[in-house]
Amino acid sequence: MATYKYHVLICGGTGCRASQSNKIIDNFKRLLKENGLEKEVQVVETGCFGFCEKGPIVKILPDNTFYIEVKPEDVEEIINEHVIKGRKVQRLLYVDPKTSEHKADSKHMGFYKKQLRIALRNAGFINPENIDEYIARDGYKALATVLEQNDPQATIDIIKKSGLRGRGGGGFPTGLKWEIASKNAADQKYMICNADEGDPGAFMDRSILEGDPHSVIEAMAIGGFCIGATKGLIYIRAEYPLAIERLKVAIGQAREYGLLGKNIFESGFDFDIDIRYGAGAFVCGEETALIHSMEGFRGEPTFKPPFPAQEGYLKKPSNVNNVETFANIPVIINKGWEWFSSIGTEKSKGTKVFALAGQINNVGLIEVPMGITLREVIYEIGGGIKNGKKFKAVQTGGPSGGCLTEKFLDTPIDYDNLLAAGSMMGSGGMIIMDETSCMVSVAKFYLEFTVEESCGKCTPCRIGNKRLYETLEKITNGNGTLEDLDLLRNLSTVIKDTALCGLGQTSPNPVLSTIDNFYDEYLAHVVDKKCPAGQCKALKRYVIDPDNCIGCTACARACPVGAIKGEKKLPHEITQSLCIKCGTCYEKCKFNAIKIQ
Amino acid sequence: MSSIKIKVKKEIIEKIEEICKSFDNQSGELINVLHKTQEYLGYLPAEAQEIIARALNISAARVYGVVSFYSFFSMKPKGKCPVSVCMGTACYVRGADKIVDEFKKVLNIAVGETDNDGVFSLASLRCVGACGLAPVVLVGDKVHGRLAADDVKHIVKEYREQFAKLAEA
Amino acid sequence: METIKLTIDNKSVEVVKGTTILSAAHKLGISIPTLCHLKMHDLNIHNKPGSCRICIVEIEGRRNLAPACVTECAEGMIVQTSSVRVINARRTVLELILSDHPADCLTCAKSGNCELQNLAVRLGIRELHYNGEKSNYQLEVSASIVRDMNKCIMCRRCETMCNEFQTVGALYAIERGFPAVVSTAFNQTLKESPCTFCGQCVAVCPVGALTEVDFTPKVIRALADKKKTVVVQVAPAVRVALGEEFGMEPGTIVTGKLTTALKNLGFDYVFDTDWSADLTIMEEGTELIGRITKYLNGDKDVKLPLLTSCCPAWVNFFEYNFPELKEIPSTAKSPQQMFGAIAKSYFADKINVKREDMIVVSVMPCLAKKYECARDEFKVNDNPDVDYSITTRELAHLIKLVNIDFNSLEETPFDSPLGESTGAAVIFGTTGGVIEAACRTAYELITKKKLERIDFTELRGIKGIRSATIDFDGLKLNIGIAHGLSNARTLLEQIKNGVCEFHAIEVMACPGGCINGGGQPLHHGNTDIVEARWDAIYEADRNMPIRKSHENPSIQKIYKEFLGAPCGHKSHELLHTHYFDKKLVVEVDLD
Repeated sequence: MATYKYHVLICGGTGCRASQSNKIIDNFKRLLKENGLEKEVQVVETGCFGFCEKGPIVKILPDNTFYIEVKPEDVEEIINEHVIKGRKVQRLLYVDPKTSEHKADSKHMGFYKKQLRIALRNAGFINPENIDEYIARDGYKALATVLEQNDPQATIDIIKKSGLRGRGGGGFPTGLKWEIASKNAADQKYMICNADEGDPGAFMDRSILEGDPHSVIEAMAIGGFCIGATKGLIYIRAEYPLAIERLKVAIGQAREYGLLGKNIFESGFDFDIDIRYGAGAFVCGEETALIHSMEGFRGEPTFKPPFPAQEGYLKKPSNVNNVETFANIPVIINKGWEWFSSIGTEKSKGTKVFALAGQINNVGLIEVPMGITLREVIYEIGGGIKNGKKFKAVQTGGPSGGCLTEKFLDTPIDYDNLLAAGSMMGSGGMIIMDETSCMVSVAKFYLEFTVEESCGKCTPCRIGNKRLYETLEKITNGNGTLEDLDLLRNLSTVIKDTALCGLGQTSPNPVLSTIDNFYDEYLAHVVDKKCPAGQCKALKRYVIDPDNCIGCTACARACPVGAIKGEKKLPHEITQSLCIKCGTCYEKCKFNAIKIQ
Repeated sequence: MSSIKIKVKKEIIEKIEEICKSFDNQSGELINVLHKTQEYLGYLPAEAQEIIARALNISAARVYGVVSFYSFFSMKPKGKCPVSVCMGTACYVRGADKIVDEFKKVLNIAVGETDNDGVFSLASLRCVGACGLAPVVLVGDKVHGRLAADDVKHIVKEYREQFAKLAEA
Repeated sequence: METIKLTIDNKSVEVVKGTTILSAAHKLGISIPTLCHLKMHDLNIHNKPGSCRICIVEIEGRRNLAPACVTECAEGMIVQTSSVRVINARRTVLELILSDHPADCLTCAKSGNCELQNLAVRLGIRELHYNGEKSNYQLEVSASIVRDMNKCIMCRRCETMCNEFQTVGALYAIERGFPAVVSTAFNQTLKESPCTFCGQCVAVCPVGALTEVDFTPKVIRALADKKKTVVVQVAPAVRVALGEEFGMEPGTIVTGKLTTALKNLGFDYVFDTDWSADLTIMEEGTELIGRITKYLNGDKDVKLPLLTSCCPAWVNFFEYNFPELKEIPSTAKSPQQMFGAIAKSYFADKINVKREDMIVVSVMPCLAKKYECARDEFKVNDNPDVDYSITTRELAHLIKLVNIDFNSLEETPFDSPLGESTGAAVIFGTTGGVIEAACRTAYELITKKKLERIDFTELRGIKGIRSATIDFDGLKLNIGIAHGLSNARTLLEQIKNGVCEFHAIEVMACPGGCINGGGQPLHHGNTDIVEARWDAIYEADRNMPIRKSHENPSIQKIYKEFLGAPCGHKSHELLHTHYFDKKLVVEVDLD
């Protein structure tokens, strides 16, 4: 990169692309050329910077200037001011909401200060479609080291000692998994990458594949060498076209460089990677289901044992890891297990990527050391709750996780603490909810997801989750009874106890955690027939405050069912038996006279 | 059981058989074959599945069992402007359900349906990964972010006009 | 062999490594309830999805409950099969199944014989705490099978039979989540599907989702119709299984009581399909000898091996899957159809009854027989040779319906002339029987010598594919036997690829042959029942005074009086058939 005066890094992740980041790239290229600057300034389309809330992001090196919410028409100004005159464009800098200071450098932004990027180390720095940039940042060095050492067990030991655990949800020690697979002798073994990210609201795997595909390819080759597999398979969601494209480019480049294929680094080790496509089934994140899907069957999980390490893809020993897990591997080899295990808590080492979303100021993808508290994540990185509202709950672990309340805000985040709190790490979705979220509805939302995504194989998941959903629906419709709450609890416990796979066994978590932490809210729905958050339509009651109503008739004219009566210039009234709770009157009233009870 | 006949256009039969052949007619490649066939036809009608079953030497029931298992596969043709509302959690907590309701109202179709002119079809999907723009709607490949219910009719109008222009041309 | 010690319900047990908790518990006399599980080891039938979760048990130190049917024992394991936690979970799981099951036990075809109903009784379900939407699928009534998928509990037994055991591929799990169910491609009818109507799906269905089409009302009406002469024929395998429906030991031979019951039911003539089985041997045996002779004379075009054609599911199977081989099977009709053709011609003339005034009912261990007798080629002016085919189970219902105390019935013989038979005919009821019967006759016809050793034990057994070389006094014939359509498929592929060295092959669709047909009393996964029937068939053979088909005097008589020679002109007209290409056709649409 040395010959250029400036490097302009523009986020080419899906989120920023949706906000025309490719047009920004085009404009940079065109205008730089028009100004004769194309030799001085390099334009790089990178992977995700993580700060999706403020996208599209444009970063300028070497001075690390971080421009947010850039529009294609802003490019001209950036070139004229920043590139030509060396002056930062103040209006495009991030403004700290607390101090109102303009932050020119991402290192000083709250969003980045507490982050530690290992898995995401290259996302937002390199052009994912250029293998040289990956190599320039120590890429494929780990693979070279491992092959040179030629001692699979030694490498497995490094991963074991590093304390790396599976980032896909379960948290199984990665080194141990490799060791088991390595010990099962077979003529053919498979190293499989699970990139079927299905957790609604999590997109770290995609960001890694879009921003740094080589890190996964390198790690798969290392893993393949360790367990004795010469074939790698990446099972990726068909809904991720950009990630698929970048993976294909990266695999092609790696082959060209001899980093995939026969006799890698003259070591005698052969390894190549094929891509397989998912087809929209959340359950295929479960490893046995994933394998059946790759074999051309319905993605139904099967009882373990046999584990994939014994009998996996095409009945051969196979090892399945998720994208983020793989992305950690090369760094561990390069920097040593001691370094990695110094980060995090006693039983959870390293970092975890979270997709921060919901009612929070800084939505985006973050990577934090294990052991950080929820409070730090939400208030320092996330910038607090949107619109100054009150924090109510944080949901982690997606449909398998639970909702945690304020009392857990200072709990250090790791696998075991989250599990103990009734949630789980999951793949890293982190949804922040404020006081306007109804927790019964949230539980219902997740159950709706599970019901739709259940494979239908085992009874508890196929019928049990449906019944859970129906009971929650009954409650949000105002027809719930106290007995329903006991039934919910019992059924949830039984489903956890008896379901066949991880999806089923964790599916009641959103119900159990909300009943445990928000029992009063359930009681309000069931006993008082009220939704404290005002979300449950059936439980809403619109009334007119006669003190505020001036009788303008706007509401009566707007009401689609004629439920509002009243004389002009006199307070109106809503006939409750007719009201369909559509909320039109509430929106139309300019005098704050319509109240929701 | 009795002899059943299905009728399919020659080029379609040939193309599907070619797709199967490109995967060596391996039954393990069924999902890849289905992806390619859907890419080609836009959907997976029963006849296409029969042809695939025959080429891969597996039962049509298995092909259908697989097609009906995965939400990405569809046996109904999509509209020319397929609308997909993201129902990922991030979008949900920022009001995606209201966006879906509005599309249902404006297009007068349910989720999973195509309107009478075959222009719009409505679907919901899980997390397109543009959570920063929540709530998000995809029309074709184009992402529309930070939507409010009021935006829906504008989007529909925009595409309807675009489509009308295309139809004229 | 490595063994493992563990404790189940506070009792210790030592088992071989690899044993499931279910089997280990069984050893201790603890019977853990199951539902989806089906294991018939000797027949190579194994359905173990581990999905119904009824058999869950508590294992100390494990977070979740474990399914006993698929969890292998481990050293030092401590298992509780009926702790409070287990009982609550088991009952809740069962309640969930029942919450998506029609509560129409009183009128269900499976009532009293339903594994789900029995389980509900056993676990004392009195109330369903969880209610909600119920599945709603289209009911299908085909020629043989009724599919009421609202009753499907997703045990997947039928899917396993249809795909793994039979390789038919008519049924498969479709959809996912709550709507998931076992069905056909695109929910087509069974008739549109590759279904062979073998009925093995019905034989293993634990509930009332798959049952036979009930023809008993039609039979009752026919019996009551004074204008009709009603003739009944009974297949060999029925006599060794019917007793089970009346509480007798499996394997009890009830031929005499069966005939009495049929007479009491009001059938005008009670005949035996064994009679037409002997006739089949004459025709098929002659056909075999003819083909072999041609072959030995150097005719290269002769179609060998000869494939038996008695099993209608097997016929359906090759018509759909291997139509290019449709010239190979014997053209001889099945015994059921031979009987019908003779009854409505030779016998009808004899008793001076018009064809349309005669009703032929068959009692079969089979569901495909219902489909077979409805085939167009077995009709004359739209009047079928066999009017109604009912199963062993349906006959038991009929007997119960008319207040017959089956167990105390006197024994009576079949009526004459279509009631006389031989030991060769009765073994048609089991795998290997048809070909053994054919060998007994072919030997004497080919060698013109008396067969000293009647029992061809080398052709017997339970293995899916068997073979033996039989020495016909110097002429060595390679005989193959397959039961289960997956095994038949293996042999057909060999024939197709020109690597088959057999001269004749017997195929039966059902595992074990007709004794385990889709119309037999339900075995509920108990292989011992099937084996007892198997023994009984050979016992019935031994008990017969004549054991070779060509020695049946009644058969000899009909050739002399009516048919002329086997495979002669009259035989071809009445006793032989032809096959159709039923493979799916993809036609080019020119529009």
